[in-house]
Amino acid sequence: MIELDWIWGLIGGLIIGCGAAVYLLGNGRIMGASGILGGLVDGTGRNLRVERMFFVAALVIAPAILIFFSGRPADTNLTGNVLLVAIAGLLVGAGTRIGNGCTSGHGVCGISRLSPRGIVSTLIYIFAGAMMVVGLRAIMGGL
Amino acid sequence: MRNLFSILAGTLFGIGLYLSGMTNTDKVQGFLDFFGSWDPTLAFVMGGAILPMAVAWGLTRNREPLAGGSFPARPEPKFDRKLVIGAILFGMGWGLAGLCPGPALASLSFGGTGGLIFLATMVLGMMIAPKMSRLLDSKETAG
Repeated sequence: MIELDWIWGLIGGLIIGCGAAVYLLGNGRIMGASGILGGLVDGTGRNLRVERMFFVAALVIAPAILIFFSGRPADTNLTGNVLLVAIAGLLVGAGTRIGNGCTSGHGVCGISRLSPRGIVSTLIYIFAGAMMVVGLRAIMGGL
Repeated sequence: MRNLFSILAGTLFGIGLYLSGMTNTDKVQGFLDFFGSWDPTLAFVMGGAILPMAVAWGLTRNREPLAGGSFPARPEPKFDRKLVIGAILFGMGWGLAGLCPGPALASLSFGGTGGLIFLATMVLGMMIAPKMSRLLDSKETAG
């Protein structure tokens, strides 16, 4: 199964990229999850509220429909440590809005147009994430 | 029209995230674990998503979005504190739990209580981010 993972990764990635392309060519907007949700949360995206809500709803519902029809249950394998999860969420929410982008906005949409900001941001968050995982492994002897 | 593009983009994003395995935090943390048993799947997802987006950026030249308006201008290559600090905070949270904003939303239907807690604190982080951004801006002009 592990050998097939990269193929599914590539297929899934191509589909994600097509979604981002539709959002750009159709609406003229960057498909960044943190930007779309953040704009709803802090009110900066008020003028585009409805289309943002449709995007978020589709993003939530699509995997649920896939799971329903494929009959393959899914799991996030998220850690059971609630405090860790809460802190992580806080860091992700604040960090992506302060840095103005996440994996989809800076990563996919930024790198594909060779945006220096997207490339630098992506290198930094991957490095910070790697340091965190190394630290977690060292402290807890696993995740 | 705009809402239709949003639904299509969100659906493709959700399907892609699910198929690629990026809603599985083990695979994300496995990618960040460069010094352990490294899992390259995320690199294939990123690469796969960048391909159609690079084509899409090429198509934006001398055109307008299908739903009207204009395409986002190329951002100035400005590497301010917000970009760097935001990316560091985001990366730390990403490594800690293995979720970023897109997959956090996509896994809402199967992420359980932990997923809900992550989403809730992520939204909270997005609400306090504008205040932190202003603080960082004022320090930058002062320093």
